[in-house]
Amino acid sequence: MKICVLVKEVPDAAVEKRMDPNTKRLDRSGEKNLNPFDTHAIEAAMQIRESGALDVDEIVAVTMGPASAFRALHKAVSLGADRSIHLTDEALAGSDVCATGYALARVLEAESPDLVLLGQQSDDGECYTIGAVVADHLKMPSLTQVIKIDVQDAGLRCERQAEYGYDTVDVELPAVISVGDAINEPRYPSLKAIMGAKKKPLDTRSTGDVGIDAGQVGADGSQVQCGSFKAPPQKSAGTIIEDEDTNETVEKIMAWLDERKLI
Amino acid sequence: MNLDLTDEQQAVRRLVREFAQQEVRPVAEELDRTKSFPYEIVRKLGELGLMGIPYPEDYGGGGADSLSYAIAIEELARVDSSVAITVAAHTSLGTWPIYAFGSDEQKAEWLPRLCSGEQLAAFGLTEPEAGSDAGNTRTRARSENGHWVINGAKQFITNAGTDISGCVTITARTGDDEISNILVPNGTPGYEVGEAYRKMGWNASDTRPLAFEDCRVPEANLVGRRGHGFRQFLQTLDGGRIGVSAMGVGLAQGALDEALEYARERSAFGQPISKFQAIQAKLADLSTEIEAARLLTYKAALEKDAGKSFSLSAAQAKLKTGRLAVRASEEAVQIHGGYGYIEEYPVCRFYRDAKILTIGEGTDEVQQMVIARALGA
Repeated sequence: MKICVLVKEVPDAAVEKRMDPNTKRLDRSGEKNLNPFDTHAIEAAMQIRESGALDVDEIVAVTMGPASAFRALHKAVSLGADRSIHLTDEALAGSDVCATGYALARVLEAESPDLVLLGQQSDDGECYTIGAVVADHLKMPSLTQVIKIDVQDAGLRCERQAEYGYDTVDVELPAVISVGDAINEPRYPSLKAIMGAKKKPLDTRSTGDVGIDAGQVGADGSQVQCGSFKAPPQKSAGTIIEDEDTNETVEKIMAWLDERKLI
Repeated sequence: MNLDLTDEQQAVRRLVREFAQQEVRPVAEELDRTKSFPYEIVRKLGELGLMGIPYPEDYGGGGADSLSYAIAIEELARVDSSVAITVAAHTSLGTWPIYAFGSDEQKAEWLPRLCSGEQLAAFGLTEPEAGSDAGNTRTRARSENGHWVINGAKQFITNAGTDISGCVTITARTGDDEISNILVPNGTPGYEVGEAYRKMGWNASDTRPLAFEDCRVPEANLVGRRGHGFRQFLQTLDGGRIGVSAMGVGLAQGALDEALEYARERSAFGQPISKFQAIQAKLADLSTEIEAARLLTYKAALEKDAGKSFSLSAAQAKLKTGRLAVRASEEAVQIHGGYGYIEEYPVCRFYRDAKILTIGEGTDEVQQMVIARALGA
């Protein structure tokens, strides 16, 4: 079987995120890295392969992004993917989530994967939605925020993180599954894998190569319009209670909660 | 000089940075306090291929360049110097002479287990009365029935006395006016590893005196040609200085990281102390000095990779970075105020770890000698 893992190059976690007031898009300049959530998706693919429960012939990393995004693919293959595909085209710049999901689905259609994995969110846009959009286009079931995957006879049994606990969901393949960071502890790429990353095949595709309708992608093909934006309100500082006498501290906490009708 | 790091060099930096943050930082204080050798960390570094970064893949090395190696050491020292010196001494002092001067048999026997981190290598040059002044070496090796019989003592040797130490390459007098390098495996009768020193810093690294008493090793354990020990160890130290310079850059950067973070959090007179010009000047100066020192260190590494002479750059980098590490850690302690004097804060350890960088692998005064000589003074 074939597993495709969707990955994304994002600004490094240490880079402060800001909106560019001119383009009204996220400023993605500065140091970049592979989206940390996607490293969990690659690790999940590796663990499925290494467990031997499914016969995984190939793990393919797929990204859509500007020319520089090949570095995210190099990291993806150094973490274990066998080859990678880079969808890059001027026409794609400014694509919103729906347009990006459509474009990625076109690439995936050509690959016919048995399973598509991805991180549940990107460290920059944090939309949480790309997996569902891709699944819709591919007519595959979509599972999001998955933190456990077990192989079963007829498919996969997944635990899905929910506000109230966990949902256990059985899903047949092919499927699109986005994973949370609680699913595993990603391995480090070894030095050997880093040095060998350029030797693994990397295919570059343009919109024309995979039959993407140029009218459905890019800024013009996107439905999202950014009117205005502002920084979220600053959080209030909170109340600090010094613990000098624990009985007194407990009373203070109880009074604080009671005042707000929280207990 | 191309200042753009290659994709691989950037990836190495990212890997070692993440490794240092996630695997080293949480245990650095405890390892230092309990003076415990970081076996678990060395094992993990070995698995990742980081115990033989600049050596060919054929020998189990990483196949990376000297700059990648320097970057890795820098990122380790940014978090913990004991781990950094363990890797640096193993790689550029312990393993190097075997790789650069050893016979095919020696390479085949030792490099795979050294590059994998399964065993550690040490380099035995310093003696009670000889260090950089190696002409004064007293350790003797006489040829006898196909063996070298070694008598003498070494001191301040890194990595010789751990549970996984495999061998030490020593300088020994093999004639009146002749110094050679000889490889001595741990466990050879007559080779005794002494008690670990009580040091000011680098507490989690292994540093010991060595004693040789009628220690016999086969003649084939000669590393390189007989009588070439002097120039071989000079060359080894040149390379070692790139590693130690990278440690200075890393330690200084780590001290700045800690100082900046603290200065932004700590308030005095109603504002974070990072807003005071006196603190800003310290931070700005350090950041500038560190970048200059980093570039000098990278220049030495690039020259080595290009096969050029790098003795001068390496000596300059060593002189610059050692002093900077001492100064940066002192300023970082100063910015922390009283907390900087307490071991819970990493800068306290950094301050203790820094001083050796103006001493080890050639004191500042020896670097000045090397540099002045190159200038024709």
